[in-house]
Amino acid sequence: MNTQSLSQPVSTSLPSVEDHRKMHVVVVGHVDHGKSTFVGRLLNDTDSLPNGKIEQVRKNCAIEGMEFEYAFLLDALIEEQEQNITIDTTRIFFRTKQRAYAIIDAPGHKEFLKNMVTGAASASAALLLIDAKEGVMEQSRRHAFLLSLLGVKQLVVLVNKMDLVDHSESTYQKIVAEYSAFLKTLGLNAVHFIPIAAKHGENVVDRSAKMAWWKGPTVTEALDNFAHEDDLTGLPLRLPVSDIYRFDHRRIIAGRVEAGAIRPGDELIFQPGGRRSTVRTFEDWPGPDSRSVVGTGGSASVTLSEQIFVERGQVASHPANQPRVGREFRARIFWLGKEPLVQNKTYRLRLLTQNVDAVIAKIIKVTDASTLESKEAASVPRDSICEVIVRATRNIAYDLHSECPITGRFALEEGGRIHGGGIILDAVSKSEAPSGKVTASERGARAGHPPAVIWFTGLSGSGKSTIAEAVERRLFDAGRNVIRVDGDDLRVSLNRDLGFSSADRAESVRRASAVAGLFAGTGHITLVTLIAPLAADRAKARAALANHTFIEVFVDAPLAVCESRDVKGLYAKARRGEIAEFTGISSPYEAPESPEVHIKTDKTSQEEAVDLVLSAIDKVLQGKGDDWEV
Amino acid sequence: MSRNAQNDHLTRLEQTSIHVFREAFANFRSVCMPWSMGKDSNVLIWLARKAFCGKIPFPLLHIDTTYEFPEMYEFREKAKVIHGIDLIVRVNEDAIRRGIGYATHDPVTVTHELKTVPFKAAIDEFKWDALVTGIRRDEDPTRAKERWFSPRSAEGNWDYKDQPPEFWGQFASSAPEGGHVRVQPLLEWTELDIWEYIRRENIPNPTLYFARDGKRFRSLGCHPITHPVDSPASNIDEVIEELKLTKTSERAGRAQDHVGRNSMQELRAKGFM
Repeated sequence: MNTQSLSQPVSTSLPSVEDHRKMHVVVVGHVDHGKSTFVGRLLNDTDSLPNGKIEQVRKNCAIEGMEFEYAFLLDALIEEQEQNITIDTTRIFFRTKQRAYAIIDAPGHKEFLKNMVTGAASASAALLLIDAKEGVMEQSRRHAFLLSLLGVKQLVVLVNKMDLVDHSESTYQKIVAEYSAFLKTLGLNAVHFIPIAAKHGENVVDRSAKMAWWKGPTVTEALDNFAHEDDLTGLPLRLPVSDIYRFDHRRIIAGRVEAGAIRPGDELIFQPGGRRSTVRTFEDWPGPDSRSVVGTGGSASVTLSEQIFVERGQVASHPANQPRVGREFRARIFWLGKEPLVQNKTYRLRLLTQNVDAVIAKIIKVTDASTLESKEAASVPRDSICEVIVRATRNIAYDLHSECPITGRFALEEGGRIHGGGIILDAVSKSEAPSGKVTASERGARAGHPPAVIWFTGLSGSGKSTIAEAVERRLFDAGRNVIRVDGDDLRVSLNRDLGFSSADRAESVRRASAVAGLFAGTGHITLVTLIAPLAADRAKARAALANHTFIEVFVDAPLAVCESRDVKGLYAKARRGEIAEFTGISSPYEAPESPEVHIKTDKTSQEEAVDLVLSAIDKVLQGKGDDWEV
Repeated sequence: MSRNAQNDHLTRLEQTSIHVFREAFANFRSVCMPWSMGKDSNVLIWLARKAFCGKIPFPLLHIDTTYEFPEMYEFREKAKVIHGIDLIVRVNEDAIRRGIGYATHDPVTVTHELKTVPFKAAIDEFKWDALVTGIRRDEDPTRAKERWFSPRSAEGNWDYKDQPPEFWGQFASSAPEGGHVRVQPLLEWTELDIWEYIRRENIPNPTLYFARDGKRFRSLGCHPITHPVDSPASNIDEVIEELKLTKTSERAGRAQDHVGRNSMQELRAKGFM
């Protein structure tokens, strides 16, 4: 941050080379304190308007019988001109002799705070206007609070409309004193307070002759003195996984480096989950040469040395410098939703590419963004700031905002729409950690996926076990907790006392579902292979396992095919009458009417069958970013 | 120029666009990229190939008004092969049978019938929930208010008064019921950025952009309503030098923008890009 005192003249030793990086600047302030006029004037005085633009706007004003104002230059939409307020973060480009800027005319009208947030979140620096005549108003304070939350550190306050207070230095000084004291409580510090009269272009680009007492910079001089946003390349590596691509033989982990830098040969750990591997290559297109390092802001396309399970949402880091992994933290939130934020309600929490359900476990306090007074409340109205305890339903990787801003902040979503954002202040201490019996969701959190029961039904010899074994292999290799409960195995162990009668079959299904329930209870994806010929028995199994995701897979093979395979010689025995009530021969098989997966073995290859089952499981565990095809 | 340079302006724009592409592909069920074959569209193809390591994993859509410049059709076939594009082409045959055309109708009507109508029909047919567009904020005032991910209703309408907030790289993650989301990776780019990037990356483009007999096209649309500008710029370097000095707007040669005071706004509210 620039430490220049207010009375010093601006440094004259500015770099002489043109800076090609466009700086994003946001303009905020109370409604009618002159933001649009200021930006219009800035564009005009830096000669950044397209030819004929001023003339066009003047003409339109004449048509509508209005006096021309610089603010109209920005009010591109008819509706805005009618309302006389800017409605969105119009992004406008201009350049000084020093460099290019994208200026965001963030509106001050209270209703549009979400637009101001959208604009300010992408800005490196902020200009905050205060009307010299009206003084510090509610939104002057609210906007500064939001800037501090959004992480905008470079701030210049423009004391505008100095022409309306006779260019009085003492009026200016009073505002400086009052507002600096307020900023201090937020931990913010204005680099300058510049007295301007935007309407007349005073101290915008050109120095004002009417304020000879002002020795500081003009607005453009101050802007040119701003630094670009912090370079986060020096921080520990944070590479959130955006996706896994398998468009050809390669398996590419795609993501953007949000902090730090990554090189081939780096050992990576993926959190949550904790699996490790080494960066083999960067798959940059067009080849053949690819980068030797990808720094902050760069897109990485990484192949790994080992085929470990990786999914969208995980954060890759170096093992020596990992993010925190947990599900409960204290956060400061700004809430923009039409409906209030409510305690104990579940929202979607989006942090980098992670997207999980999270409960607002407690609203600690709601802060009035204007007075900074706090009070307890059970809900938080729109456009407020509050402190809360957030409890995610499973572990996420994060940093404290003070440690790494990019991985220390999140958005809250409901109904597919973002309603708020927050920064993570600290992790919730152990004493507040959950106690009591271990819940299924905690087990799921540790496994990194929810449990499920996949029930394969079909005739003996239809291929249930073969498919289930292949599914198990793929899930296991992908790092999932998976177990198989095989009817034939049970028959020689747990079900040794049971035969083939319908009563025994019902009991066998009951026992198998009890076993499956236990495994699922430990967080496993449980694959059951059992003929289970009767629909009523299978319905009971499904009901008994109602606490878990249940996927019925009907392995539908023609009886003739099964009988011709007869791997175990059972059909032969049944034909000879050595087994009574054998399914398909002397006892009916009731085909499922609406199984989740229906595999017709005469039309589907075994590989396709495995893929069908995996994609059904994949859907349950939600994830386009999930990578099953290891 | 070195691809290792992380911090130059074009690389930053490129890397952000790649991020937008990847987030769109990860978040949406079915993605499509309309392709005008113009320079911005061609930059998008390039960025998509970078984002997905060489292969574009979704189809491209060309709404053929039948009024494209002949050179554009040649370019389309060439580019299809170069980039390995899975291309869907749609023409509003019905409107053409009804005799809709520039000889008899005004540009707003023709643009609506030959572009917007078949475009909406294709969306209905393929049920895409995300469409990647080459919109840039600097093109036109009504585009300045766009978001990276911009939801559109089932009718294709853009509720620009009530847009979702976008911050910290978190975008709208689902389309409105029956609608779709416009994904706009070039939002922060300017016309000059586009040309500097085309030069740096050597991206194939139609030669109509370069001057013949003292005139060149700065923006390409249907030939009856797209007019060349006076310019001696006959190669990329000269185009870039010209753009650094120009203060006239890019779409000055596009007649449909200038019919009424707010024709662009009208077109866009009806679902035009």
